[in-house]
Amino acid sequence: MKSRDLAYIALFAAITAVLGLLPPVPVPGIPVPITAQTLGVMLAGSVLGARRGGLALLTFLVVVAAGMPLLSGGRGGLGVFVGPSAGYLYSWPIAAFVIGLLTQVTYRRFNLAWAMVANLVGGIAVIYALGIPFTSIYGDVSLSAAATGSLSFIPGDLVKAGIASVVAVAVRKAYPVIELPRRRPAAG
Amino acid sequence: MTLSLYVPVASPVHRAPAGLKLGLLAALAVALFLVGRLAVAGGVLAAVLLLGVGVARLPVRALVAQVRPVWPWLVLLLAFHLVFTDWRTGTLVVLRLLTLVVAAAVVTSTTRVTELVAVVEWLARPLAVLGIRPARIGLVIAMTLRFIPLIAERAAAIREAQAARGATGMRWGMLVPLLVQVLRLAHTLGEALDARGADAPAPPRRAGASAP
Repeated sequence: MKSRDLAYIALFAAITAVLGLLPPVPVPGIPVPITAQTLGVMLAGSVLGARRGGLALLTFLVVVAAGMPLLSGGRGGLGVFVGPSAGYLYSWPIAAFVIGLLTQVTYRRFNLAWAMVANLVGGIAVIYALGIPFTSIYGDVSLSAAATGSLSFIPGDLVKAGIASVVAVAVRKAYPVIELPRRRPAAG
Repeated sequence: MTLSLYVPVASPVHRAPAGLKLGLLAALAVALFLVGRLAVAGGVLAAVLLLGVGVARLPVRALVAQVRPVWPWLVLLLAFHLVFTDWRTGTLVVLRLLTLVVAAAVVTSTTRVTELVAVVEWLARPLAVLGIRPARIGLVIAMTLRFIPLIAERAAAIREAQAARGATGMRWGMLVPLLVQVLRLAHTLGEALDARGADAPAPPRRAGASAP
């Protein structure tokens, strides 16, 4: 890791924090309102790639755990990491990593469609695949009950995946950060 | 920066080493799930409250503020268990989670950010085997905290520039120019760090003084 990579990691940790400052859109009947924060997860992965994207979100979580109220709605501290919705938080670095991996694999022919695929798989599927079972185990509720509770977040997440994809494609044209290998190794 | 959740009070809890507090919190998280009796779970919650409000002399307001975001979840969980299982299971589940969240809030309110960052650096020591230098983690955290107001400033500047050209609405249209600007900035910062020898092996230095 070069110093430049460290700066990029810090940058996207900070971007995720700033997105959390945007006012959340409350949804009736749901305990947590829709926020712009997961847009940071998607942007980190699709702009920085797997390693740096994942580390950016890990940094963000460490800063939150250290007592900075940077989660949307001014939440922070260690409490959010032991609450029933903590699984979603833990999923963020993994989600950013997966988005970054899919972005890197398709970076040569990267377009809106590939960006959408990366953000839908990493930014939505991965997050729910970790968040729902966590709520289920921690809250001692059935998987289906936990899943039903999170269904209403899907429309907002689709909008965010769309925004992240458009931005990722534009940023790749204007200021590509992910370096392509000279000859693509088999692992991508 | 007044952003932290730390509440400055002179108390034994505040003076206790951050590593010890974090270790106890982790132990509590495991232990609470082995507790099956309501009375014990309630007793633990009372003990944690006594520690936070009585010994650490934290204002109740500060603890409530940190518990508030979890509140709707707890109510929902309790309602779910009242309908599908029984009130005992529901109360136990809610008591456990509430206790953990309050305990975590006590740790957060009594420990400075710099102390916690030092614990993170200490925990990251074994990672040196993988070529990750703990001091650089402190550097990344410091940079993150500095970038937050900076990004907000840049965003405001771009919004003004776009408004001056007649652009209204289009809130997401600013994301691309903003990202390109701050990416350039991060690139420059990386070069500046290298020029000052940040990529050289770190001299033995006490951690904990890096965060603002």
